[in-house]
Amino acid sequence: MSKPIVATTSLAGCFGCHMSFLDIDERILELIDLVEFHKSPINDIKEFTKQCDIGLIEGGCANSENIEVLRDFREHCDILVSLGECAIMGGLPSLRNGIPVKECIHEAYLDGPTVGSNTQKVLPNDDELPMILDRVYPCHEVVKIDYYLPGCAPRADLIWNAVVALVTGDEMELPYELVKFD
Amino acid sequence: MKKDGKLYFEIDGKPCYAEEGQSIIDAATENGVFIPSLCHMEGVKPAGSCRICNVKVDGRNMTACTTPVEDGMIVENDIPELTELRKAIVETLFVSGNHHCPTCEKSGNCELQALAYRFQMLVPRFPYKFPEKGVNPRSDQIYHDRNRCILCKRCIRTVTKDGKHVFAYHGRGGEDLHVAIDEELASRLTDEEALEAMENCPVGAILKKERGFEVPIGERKYDHQPIGSEIEN
Repeated sequence: MSKPIVATTSLAGCFGCHMSFLDIDERILELIDLVEFHKSPINDIKEFTKQCDIGLIEGGCANSENIEVLRDFREHCDILVSLGECAIMGGLPSLRNGIPVKECIHEAYLDGPTVGSNTQKVLPNDDELPMILDRVYPCHEVVKIDYYLPGCAPRADLIWNAVVALVTGDEMELPYELVKFD
Repeated sequence: MKKDGKLYFEIDGKPCYAEEGQSIIDAATENGVFIPSLCHMEGVKPAGSCRICNVKVDGRNMTACTTPVEDGMIVENDIPELTELRKAIVETLFVSGNHHCPTCEKSGNCELQALAYRFQMLVPRFPYKFPEKGVNPRSDQIYHDRNRCILCKRCIRTVTKDGKHVFAYHGRGGEDLHVAIDEELASRLTDEEALEAMENCPVGAILKKERGFEVPIGERKYDHQPIGSEIEN
């Protein structure tokens, strides 16, 4: 039987959840025996070429590209897991929710204390750049999410337990000390 | 039913004893039973505002902080129906404010977060509201963050040693009900008083200035044991 296929991505996140995933240390050897990795920043596969079993989503949706990637993941993964606070509730990027986008852009490119080099007062508006959204959205407000692993970052053991449980079909353990929001 | 002048009552079948006039929640604590709550605090008048201490008394939901024990009372506490109700209230509080745990100084010592841990909240079932709420950094001793306030009124119900109210409700009856702070009084608080105000707040809405992240992750109040485990026996 072929191995279950895992894909991962980081939307509006800091890659901390991926770092925490790598924190499973030598169990990564067990993991590659257990699953096959498809589209993921870990192996740099950029496009889906086949259907995956599990998609791990780090980060919330802050721009149009995040939405596109998330929908692509929903389409190509049977199970989607929100990994970490940003995917679950917007996290740090969502501190801007409540501040108008215009104000955010102006602070970043015109008025902020560190924008001295932008002497032409240019606002980024290239067609190649994704559009910034009115606010940061938790992933489950954009597509259906099947499971949630909280934490900033989620503890490595929590991610490990979850992936193993999803692959083996066993019930997942949620020890008190592993489920934290920070 | 009375024994040695004490009232006899039962919580989930456990025999308990209470003083005349004692609230169910205080009596439960003395009898080693944890009834979760966010607005109740020893020494101040109960408000019944958070509704998390809801228990069933003879089949009816009552707040354990405002209901005195009666002799022979049968109380249900740790039952799936109530746990689900309490969890739903905690989830409501998470989505109706801006609770960014990773950036909050109270994380690990926060009672709202601790209840979410106890009830194994992985994600709130309600959509996030991301309301616009202000902060007030203008007093010398207290940083007041309304984003995290759950309107439990603990701060309003406590007074300084000389009987002064530093916090009060503002905008009652309107959309913008919030806790306002008397900046002048707050500036005059001693270090101990400011620290006490911070500790009285179940969340991270009231913080003492020039302090923060003092206890490392792994040594904070609720890092290893669920809230209430210090009461349960």
